Amino acid sequence: MEWIYEPWPWYVAGPMIALTMFLLLYMGKHFGMSSNLRTMCAVGGAGKISTFFQFDWKKERWNLMVIVGAIIGGFLVSTFMSNNVVEINPEIATQLSEKYGIESANSAYLPTEIFNTENLSNPFILGILLLGGFLVGFGARYAGGCTSGHAISGLSNLQVPSLIAVVGFFVGGLVMIHLLYPFIFGQ
Amino acid sequence: MRYLKFLAVGIFFGIVMYKSEAASWFRIYEMFHFASFHMYGIIGSAVIIGIIGVQIIKRKDLKTVENKEMHLSPKNPGIYRYLIGGIIFGLGWALTGACPGPMFVLAGAGFYSILVVIVGSILGTFVYGLLHKKLPH
Repeated sequence: MEWIYEPWPWYVAGPMIALTMFLLLYMGKHFGMSSNLRTMCAVGGAGKISTFFQFDWKKERWNLMVIVGAIIGGFLVSTFMSNNVVEINPEIATQLSEKYGIESANSAYLPTEIFNTENLSNPFILGILLLGGFLVGFGARYAGGCTSGHAISGLSNLQVPSLIAVVGFFVGGLVMIHLLYPFIFGQ
Repeated sequence: MRYLKFLAVGIFFGIVMYKSEAASWFRIYEMFHFASFHMYGIIGSAVIIGIIGVQIIKRKDLKTVENKEMHLSPKNPGIYRYLIGGIIFGLGWALTGACPGPMFVLAGAGFYSILVVIVGSILGTFVYGLLHKKLPH
């Protein structure tokens, strides 16, 4: 029964992500997660402040249900189908430890140094999480989509704007990891 | 009840994101160091199958379950919004190791600190909504 806890290789996961997109297309919808953040703003009454949030959010309830499902899926897997340890390239694990004091690589799913709930009392960690989330939400809406809407749905439909957005995702990611991480997490 | 099928797709998606480790900060960090093929394999194979499938849908004119056109509308043309927005998204993606799908998967998996990231992303979306008319698109 050990196999049930093993992570899935890329050649299983990739086709299943494509299947997720096709299932939603077949149901008359589309695969895009970040638009839910806009819907959540609209549900919370943001339409009173900006026209950007004035739309019939009830038509987007289906996508909120996808998100609720994703939450349930995360619960099910982490509880019953995973040992919650991610094995990465050992050189990267060593580098994380030496450069940033992150020792939890190859022994956790997320770095405990950042994501342990006790660390929320540390204003620095709290700020990092809040700022990172802010950039994700702002950037996704500015670009009109995220990894699902552009990298998967858009590229599958051969959309040049999505290719530009994905190049942007990687430029931003590389700048953050290679240029900014030493200032943010360096010791 | 008509929403149940979307709940089922979401559960499936959540399982895939967590089991493939695409929801792991470590995998994102490793990806931006080009130190493993894993994430590129996931995204690459999804896109290749996606391209083939979308071509089949278009050539055979396949319809949805309700016999309507599939939602494959082209994106609005432009450069600035995609490039600048994309870069801002990438900065946040690499900082938190989470994008808008996986952050909810992680919340379900019991990583409660990710709720701060979710609040941040809703705030970011809200601020974009306030500023969007003033930004280059």
